[in-house]
Amino acid sequence: MIRLEPRATPSMAMSILSPVIALAITAAAGAALFTALGKDPGQALSVFFLEPFNGVRAISELALKSTPLVLIALGLALCYRSNVWNIGAEGQFLMGAIGGGGLALWVTTAEIGMSRWLFFPLVILAGAMAGAAWAGVVALLRDRFNANEILVSLMLVYVANLFLSWLVFGPWKDPQGYNFPQTVSFAANTELPRVIRGMRLHWGTAVALVAAVVMWLFMFRTFTGIQLQVGGPAPAAARYAGFSSRAAIWTTLLVSGGLSGVAGAFEVAGPMGQLTPHVSAGYGFTAIIVAFVGRLHPLGCILGSVVLSMFLIGGELAQSRIGLPSALAGVFQGVLLLSLLACDTLIHYRPRWSRGS
Amino acid sequence: MTERLPLKHLALAALVVATGLTACSKKAEPAPATVAAPAAPAKPAPLKAAFVYVGPVGDAGYTYAHDLGRKEAAAKLGDKVETTFVEKVAEGPDAERVIRDLATQGNKIIFATSFGFGDSMVKVAKDFPDVHFEHATGFKTSENMRVYEPRIHEVAYFAGIVAGRMTKTNTLGFVGSFPIPEVLRNIDAFTLGAQSVNPKVKTRVVWVGSWFDPPKETEAAQALLNKGADVLLQNTDSTAVLQAAEKAGKYAFGWDSDMSAFAPKAHLGSCVLLWGVYYEKALNDVLDKTWKTGATKWGYREGMTDFIKIPDFVPADAKKKVEEVKAGLKAGTFEIFKAPVVDNTGKVRLRKGEVASDKWLGDVNFYVKGVEGKVPSGK
Repeated sequence: MIRLEPRATPSMAMSILSPVIALAITAAAGAALFTALGKDPGQALSVFFLEPFNGVRAISELALKSTPLVLIALGLALCYRSNVWNIGAEGQFLMGAIGGGGLALWVTTAEIGMSRWLFFPLVILAGAMAGAAWAGVVALLRDRFNANEILVSLMLVYVANLFLSWLVFGPWKDPQGYNFPQTVSFAANTELPRVIRGMRLHWGTAVALVAAVVMWLFMFRTFTGIQLQVGGPAPAAARYAGFSSRAAIWTTLLVSGGLSGVAGAFEVAGPMGQLTPHVSAGYGFTAIIVAFVGRLHPLGCILGSVVLSMFLIGGELAQSRIGLPSALAGVFQGVLLLSLLACDTLIHYRPRWSRGS
Repeated sequence: MTERLPLKHLALAALVVATGLTACSKKAEPAPATVAAPAAPAKPAPLKAAFVYVGPVGDAGYTYAHDLGRKEAAAKLGDKVETTFVEKVAEGPDAERVIRDLATQGNKIIFATSFGFGDSMVKVAKDFPDVHFEHATGFKTSENMRVYEPRIHEVAYFAGIVAGRMTKTNTLGFVGSFPIPEVLRNIDAFTLGAQSVNPKVKTRVVWVGSWFDPPKETEAAQALLNKGADVLLQNTDSTAVLQAAEKAGKYAFGWDSDMSAFAPKAHLGSCVLLWGVYYEKALNDVLDKTWKTGATKWGYREGMTDFIKIPDFVPADAKKKVEEVKAGLKAGTFEIFKAPVVDNTGKVRLRKGEVASDKWLGDVNFYVKGVEGKVPSGK
């Protein structure tokens, strides 16, 4: 019989080891699963774990896929640490995409000549403002009317989605596009500057990495950052200490919305180059998983994004390389998340073997 | 005692990690070697063909129909071709990565089966001049990229004939995905088909804004049933509408693939897409080196669409009418959009003497007379 015994202090060793154990369990479970399906388990695992890193292009694609996840997860980590449950990052992402896309569309149709490097900060600003404004609605309703931010932020996802659809089906529709719901392709000077010629990876990825470092400094090295994290889980104590919980709501939601918005703008001005109804592949929701896999730590968010992207890309590769069904990639991903959560128990609990009945 | 136990745990964990890692690294080198070398050296290597699907293959609907087509073509061409597919690819930046990867993997012909893959395919096609790209339901072509689509509104017309005969309330319902020309053509053809046997018929439309969303499709179907519609057709991919009709004791149709098994009482026939004929042709074009860019629009006549499994309880006169139209389409003597075509605001959209050209069909952005409501954001 194994019993779990609370540890006096969280185990340092376990907090490092737990993801490693989780990965090992996932690999073992995956191997069993692949064998049961009649596939070579070694080959299948290598498609998931090695192939996404095989070569410069593969790594650049992995980084590209991770970029929106990192940006969104950073903001969500801040929210969740402060006990503000923003689950509508998807909507803020879409509004950012609309903001950035709208700017790109304007530059395209008005034929404004400007360099990519000048457009780059402008599109960041447009995305951040649009995303922050959308999250600001949540903050306002929570602050003014004490409306539940979980519900409000989630509902606003659908509103954002419909707003995007309305734009691409209506006023922003490409007049030459046979009534299909999409804008014109944006002009070349609105494309985010690329890191490597001929590849899709853009400098927005660097922005995401810088944002992670800044977020780390903000969370752990500034007074406001500490204040937010104390004030969130214990509002009474925070009030006693003179911290404002209102400020916490506004700060976290605006930062989170802004970051999600930038992610959306990057997606549109980066790999897409136009607005369609399918801007997001569910990044706003996947990032919630990323934030928790990354233990709500900025650097963990980067790792979490890479792991999740690896699984998403690996799932595609497993289909074309060895004919595994796409649902299996989902199962495999689920095993990882489950074992991660299970292994995290070891940080706060010590397993004890008790003899006898 | 307590000291030793975590150690034991760690050792176990380390073991698992080690075995996991060796399992990975051992197989690292032969990973890209899935391109199995053909046994007989005399035989040419098979043509590698890849398919990109928007949905999961599943057991009914649009992607399922594509996969049936892939299998059929592959079976006919035997060891001359080797096909793979990637399912559930999102329409957006992911598609470009998938298509590019398939091109680098040595596939010489790639089929992207959804409209939203078009611009991604255009970008990849530029970089792989020796690979043939095929885009379903799109309109952008280039030297090495062409488009193909079925004239599915023909089968919507067949469904309309049966629906017009079976309705008791003279109200038909249509669950639409997106108000693009393809879908509007289906709504219009469905209504025209029904009016050909029952001039009193009206069609109501509910939009769900998605190609595949069973809960929303169910809700939309229910809303139509509540408003008095008793025969439903849908332009979405799941069996939800058919099953909602079955539950309510009303009628509906299968769409894209044979769905008769999902609703034995409600099913009045299935509008099916038979992509196999085209896939076989396209693969042969590459094999024979006769592949040329262009746009293919095939319908019942070419065997790319059909209306099947009309149940016995449908009156014989309706079945006869379907057969007549089928014969007319085959002979090229029957036009579904025959002038004059009048929209539901009274405007004449196709004057006497004009024919519904591919261009005209591609621009359909109105409801014909008999459809209620307004096309969303139809300007």
